[in-house]
Amino acid sequence: MTTVVGTIEGEVWKQLENVKDPEIPSISVVEMGMIHRVLVEESHVVIEFMPTFVGCPALKIIEQNIVDQLSALPGVTNVQVELVFEPAWTSERISETGREKLRQFGIAPPPGKPEDHWEIACPYCGSRDTTLDNLFGPAACRSIAYCRDCRNPFEALKPIY
Amino acid sequence: MTANRLETVEQAKANPEYRTALTELLYQLADDDLVLSFRGSEWLGLAPHVEEDVAFSSITQDTMGHAAAFYGLLEGLGEGKADDLAHLREANRLRNAILVERPNGTGHYLNNPRYDWGYTVVRQYVYEIFKQERLESLTRSSFAPLAQLARKMRPEQRYHLLHWQTWFSQLANSTEEARQRIMAGVERVWTDAGGLFDLGPYGQAIVNFGLIEDGALLAERWTEKVKRAFEANSVPWPGNPQQGQLNGRAGQHTDDLKSALAELAEVYRLAPAANW
Repeated sequence: MTTVVGTIEGEVWKQLENVKDPEIPSISVVEMGMIHRVLVEESHVVIEFMPTFVGCPALKIIEQNIVDQLSALPGVTNVQVELVFEPAWTSERISETGREKLRQFGIAPPPGKPEDHWEIACPYCGSRDTTLDNLFGPAACRSIAYCRDCRNPFEALKPIY
Repeated sequence: MTANRLETVEQAKANPEYRTALTELLYQLADDDLVLSFRGSEWLGLAPHVEEDVAFSSITQDTMGHAAAFYGLLEGLGEGKADDLAHLREANRLRNAILVERPNGTGHYLNNPRYDWGYTVVRQYVYEIFKQERLESLTRSSFAPLAQLARKMRPEQRYHLLHWQTWFSQLANSTEEARQRIMAGVERVWTDAGGLFDLGPYGQAIVNFGLIEDGALLAERWTEKVKRAFEANSVPWPGNPQQGQLNGRAGQHTDDLKSALAELAEVYRLAPAANW
């Protein structure tokens, strides 16, 4: 029985890599650090899901995408997504791969530790000669910045600690 | 707060008096954020510049998301669907403070809007300071799911506060006209701001159950912060804010709230069964 449960859990984590943030489609919910735990009891799967922002309008879409993605798995009859606020998601939870993918998408990742200074490096050329043009951007989690070296506007994820 | 900590919705439901006090408080939290967000959304396209349109919309969207999270807790407590709670209640069922329902100015956003930016900046700023104090107190709430939610909201809310603090300080230290408009905004905001701290008819139970600290205590902390901000920007302290005739926490509201709700819920009410 343990082996069966173990297999489903591993498969679930693999499938979660295919669930992307609808607003940043290159990065998965796993790389964003949004999955707290995967609980499997026989064919019943519970995903403990940590929102990056409470007010994020994409939450419902992500929840639905998780359910759709996992329901197709053999041996899974029921998928439940539970929002978890404690422990709370912080910027620290974004993985190194996630940070690299954010840069590739043109978004500067937030500082990796709560005590780190919020220094915004340009995701295109790496320059630190940047300005924060608007603390608020196209989504609650993002700010708008500008690179004075390569003269590109870009977005930066707000630190959440 | 020494009251027993309740870990789950089921525990809250098992104690009818606790549940009543909790739902009353949650309506206050949700309705304040919802109605102020609606007022914020009316500024879209009318804010002083395009960057402000982006920023204010983002703050408004996030704040509406906070309201949705509070309605979600109410849904869990058996109050009905979160979307219905936001859209289908009549004005006298809402528990928001009067301050957040006041119109942005005269006119309508589609028709000759003469909105008052000075009033808006002061209202948003003092509300965010209030919200920060309220969230801080809620992190120690006896209802664990609410305490957890408040802790998660805090870092987001800090960005909102920073934004309005910047506007307040820049306008108060700008031209004479900007300064006058800020002072006029303060005067108008002060006729209602006292109502924020009222915990409504179930206030005593809310405090006794350790759901949040007493409104007078929140008012004290708020006053200290706002006084310091006013001093730093040479804005004279107008004294303690008034509460006004109507008590929003008891379901008493202006006609402006009725028209705001009619507008907010217009589409939803056309087809409440529709899936959005």
